[in-house]
Amino acid sequence: MAELMQFLLSGVTVGAVYALVALGFTIIYNASDVVNFAQGEFVMLGGMITVFAHMAGLPLPLAALIAIAGTAAAGVLLNKLAIEPARGAPVVSLIIITIGASIFIQGVAQLVFDKQLHRFPAFSGDTPIRILGATILPQSLWVLAGAIAVFVGLWAFFTKTLTGRAVLATSNNRLAAQLVGINTNWVMTLSFALSAAIGALAGVLVTPITNISYGVGIAYALKGFAGAMLGGMGSPIGALVGGILLGLIEALTAGYLSSVYKDAAAFVVILVVLFVMPQGLFGRKSTDRV
Amino acid sequence: MTTKRVTLLILAIIVIASPFFFPSNYYYRVGSLIFVNGLAVTGMVILIGYAGQISLGHAGFAGIGGYACALAPVHLGLHPGLAAILGAAISGALAWAVGRPVLRLKGYYLAVATLGLGILVSMVLANEAWLTRGPDGIEVPDLGLNDLLEAVGIDLSNSQFWYFFSGLVLVIGAWVALNLYDSPTGRALRALHGSEIAARTVGIDVARLKLQAFVISAIYASLSGSLLALQNKFITPDVAGFMHSIEMVTMAVLGGVGSVLGAFFGATILTTLPQVLTVFQEYEQILLGLVMMLCMIFMREGLLPSILRALRGKDK
Repeated sequence: MAELMQFLLSGVTVGAVYALVALGFTIIYNASDVVNFAQGEFVMLGGMITVFAHMAGLPLPLAALIAIAGTAAAGVLLNKLAIEPARGAPVVSLIIITIGASIFIQGVAQLVFDKQLHRFPAFSGDTPIRILGATILPQSLWVLAGAIAVFVGLWAFFTKTLTGRAVLATSNNRLAAQLVGINTNWVMTLSFALSAAIGALAGVLVTPITNISYGVGIAYALKGFAGAMLGGMGSPIGALVGGILLGLIEALTAGYLSSVYKDAAAFVVILVVLFVMPQGLFGRKSTDRV
Repeated sequence: MTTKRVTLLILAIIVIASPFFFPSNYYYRVGSLIFVNGLAVTGMVILIGYAGQISLGHAGFAGIGGYACALAPVHLGLHPGLAAILGAAISGALAWAVGRPVLRLKGYYLAVATLGLGILVSMVLANEAWLTRGPDGIEVPDLGLNDLLEAVGIDLSNSQFWYFFSGLVLVIGAWVALNLYDSPTGRALRALHGSEIAARTVGIDVARLKLQAFVISAIYASLSGSLLALQNKFITPDVAGFMHSIEMVTMAVLGGVGSVLGAFFGATILTTLPQVLTVFQEYEQILLGLVMMLCMIFMREGLLPSILRALRGKDK
């Protein structure tokens, strides 16, 4: 029982990170129909910038803030320089563009920073908290709280604010949104900034637990995407539930089946979801127009 | 002359004439790498260019082809050449089994499903160390063809042999792909690329055709993996890795996925780039990422068609 509890706790922790990445995917996907394979690099940038700003002597909260702002700026640049000029390009081209961006950002990161593994101290110490015979790190609670806070924040943003509704309108019908006076280019910029900032936040929160290096991005991108797909592409609640579920599946696979195939769990999940229910848990069934 | 003959002629001339400009043996090695990649990319032309489907997992099939050449001779006593054919058969069977459900998907979903498939294959190759000896790789027996040639009096160095042999396989692969293009199957594939629904209304069995293209391209990838393993006499799970899948698609799309020659052009650039860039190893990733982005933004049909069009534009 304690063992199962331990697996569940660690699963929820990683799952919360996947959920944050999946939420980032969802925002960009909704605004532009682009699946941004460079999403994981935002996590990496968030962690790495914080590490280096902290090493330069800045206090941790300020370093994290700089990292989040800097990554948001990188997200805006990505949109302006690579996604916007390619509007209307076929899906294959967009996939290659965002994967190219991901490789590019990795290359820049290993040049500007370094190739080492880094971490910084956890926010509230490293003393594990005991729950039902299992333990959880205080930092894990930070990650969980972060995922929930971001989800609630996004929910409020999309339903309560005019700007948020403008984003939703753009995702529903770009042309119609333009007709009622929404600046859709600005909506795109905002979506990329928001998505990148969320990714960076995930990086800041998770670095004390898992460490960070320039190459971790791709794995986060793939798992976040798997989570988003499990929950249903484009659905924020789907991203949250799908991400956490994926983390749990991974932890249970590692615990009970095989730790080397833990990473395979995500892809088995993707394949099963696609075969059995392509619209995911919370997604809407889409129909093609001829 | 038809496009088919022109393409085959150009490829054959490249294979035969290039060695006259090679200052050292090292160039044969790079040349044969280009042909090996060119073979895999020719398969991508059939899948992406003809049928309009995408796969981000074809390196998985290359891995199967490569490891078949390493394992079948040892465990089944097969000749390495037959092992390559066995690998192609396994790859084809796997593509057929997985392709049936996967190819119903479109766009990003298809991309991610195939990506998952490729990563699963590479994980099995890396983790089942009792069979594959794990991430460090495994040696591959000699094909023995070069010794045979030597016995009849044709004396080639190892890299020279592999250069010409890979070149020959590439030309044959291109010939098959070009024949396919003009065949009823090829026409049907191009029709479903244009519009799946229109193709279906004129009576094309869309599901079966997509599956055919997927299986054929998997066999190309598998054979290219086998060639790579046989000429290196060694193989690691990296050949099945995510980056290799991405490279295959990028090569194809970079050069121009609509034509065999364009894709070969892409394979040439992306294979030589890292060799040239070893001087700037630090910047290799940055440059690769930039090339991928810039080509897709500014030259959507790929380099070769864009260049040809620019040339034609000047003529007018």
